Amino acid sequence: MKIDFKTLRADFPLLKQTNRGKPLVYLDNSATNQKPRCVIDAISHYYTHDNANIHRGVYELSERATREYEKTRVTIKSFINAKHAHEIVFVRGATEGINLVAQSYGRTHFKVLDEIMISTMEHHSNIVPWQMLADQVGANLRIIPITDDGEIDMDAYQKLFTERTKMVAIAHASNALGTVNPIKEMIRIAHTHDVPVLVDGAQAFPHMPVDVQDLDCDFYVFSSHKAYGPTGIGVLYGKEKLLESMPPYQGGGDMIESVTFAKTTYNKVPFRFEAGTPDIAGVIGFGVALAYLKNIGMDNIAAHEQELLNYATQKLSAIPELKIIGVAKNKVGVISFVLKDVHPHDIGTVLDAHGIAIRAGHHCAMPVMERFQLPATVRASFGLYNNTADIDALVTGLQEVQRIFK
Amino acid sequence: MAGLRELYQEVIVDHSKHPRNFGELDNPTFRKDGFNPLCGDKLTLTISENNNVIEQIRFQGCGCAISVASASLMSEALQGKSRTEINAIFHDFHQLVTQGHNTILEIRLGKLAILAGVAEYPARVKCATLAWHTLNAAITGDTKQVSTE
Repeated sequence: MKIDFKTLRADFPLLKQTNRGKPLVYLDNSATNQKPRCVIDAISHYYTHDNANIHRGVYELSERATREYEKTRVTIKSFINAKHAHEIVFVRGATEGINLVAQSYGRTHFKVLDEIMISTMEHHSNIVPWQMLADQVGANLRIIPITDDGEIDMDAYQKLFTERTKMVAIAHASNALGTVNPIKEMIRIAHTHDVPVLVDGAQAFPHMPVDVQDLDCDFYVFSSHKAYGPTGIGVLYGKEKLLESMPPYQGGGDMIESVTFAKTTYNKVPFRFEAGTPDIAGVIGFGVALAYLKNIGMDNIAAHEQELLNYATQKLSAIPELKIIGVAKNKVGVISFVLKDVHPHDIGTVLDAHGIAIRAGHHCAMPVMERFQLPATVRASFGLYNNTADIDALVTGLQEVQRIFK
Repeated sequence: MAGLRELYQEVIVDHSKHPRNFGELDNPTFRKDGFNPLCGDKLTLTISENNNVIEQIRFQGCGCAISVASASLMSEALQGKSRTEINAIFHDFHQLVTQGHNTILEIRLGKLAILAGVAEYPARVKCATLAWHTLNAAITGDTKQVSTE
């Protein structure tokens, strides 16, 4: 089916506004993206008609809320082709998913001198939880180096495995460089060493089809708000066997089977990991976002964003004194760049005045900046509603930057 | 766009490209590092003082145009001033870049008033004030690292 992406833009009410008096050009989709009307309406509808606490009410309203909430779990299961719906755990976002695995799986399975492997290109959310865990259990981090193009050094990766390696945690796609990592191959290699792999899918899930059974990853985390859904909701996928081996992450209501002051027995997976009343509206809204994406087709979205990436790469490369940081062969729609003698924050401010929203900074990936010896970069990142006119506006804005700082 | 032209007017771009008093003093009375973790702006101030008068200020580091220009303009404006005068100027400057145009402050601040446009861009106020906070910490003997966060 041929999708007319031009008309899809009208589904996003926020994009109709101006930014500093200019039509908004939103190119910060790696940070978060805008929500289609159907998602906004679903949240409003939930609070207008269906709001009740879930998993406990004996009345119709609560049953309806529970049904809608659990329906999203099944939607996600199909979306990423998990084997079971109970392998889908709702969390606040990809960050919480990683923290959950580090604290629940890591603390019970890792010991002194064990090794956790991450890469140079990880977001801080896939570094710090492992550092915290390493401090707690006396384990060590091992860092997979990246090449000048911004790709995983696969030879170095293979050589990093030791008998002490207990986990590989790797981004599916890099938020700072756009690199799509060869995770299927990396997972295969890790499994030959009997090492489980956690994939941080925050930057990949919204931009391409993801099949967790095909990847054979042990854990996969992603956030709703980067996938056109509400903030405050994310998913931890874990293989049933691994989730079953893990103790609760937080205590509270809904995660128990029975409680006495002598002993508490825990609920089954996934409820064991969902203490307290969750973001029910967020989960339902996310379900609607996924239905919206499914209707367009993740293959179509990936193709559209690749076209934008190619167009932008070509246009930006033609700007004198502009250097693209991260030129991996396989990328999502993310372009990080620097302009000679102009600080990224000044570029960000000039573009802002032209209505263009981009990210300037270290992108919560300071080790990447250090790797490329840069304090910061400018990053433009694309979503399904972007078009070539957005990229042309970016180019015009950058010409203005160069005029000011000539 | 008027705001943008004001923010990046020639004087500011010039000071960012050709910062005045850039470098380090050999035997400073004070030395202080300032850091803006959000932008990665870093600077080191060296300052010499004699009889409560700041005689020389040098700064070194890297950062955006706003932070470099502000440090450069500050170094020019405050050399030869007493601590009391510096306190008053710091107070005026801070008020100007956080609250925007104010004729009385602008007259008092003179050349420094060209940074008033920063107030329209709240995310950039930290860039404009990094050198100032660092200087303040240096001369008041604050031993903590200066950070905008």
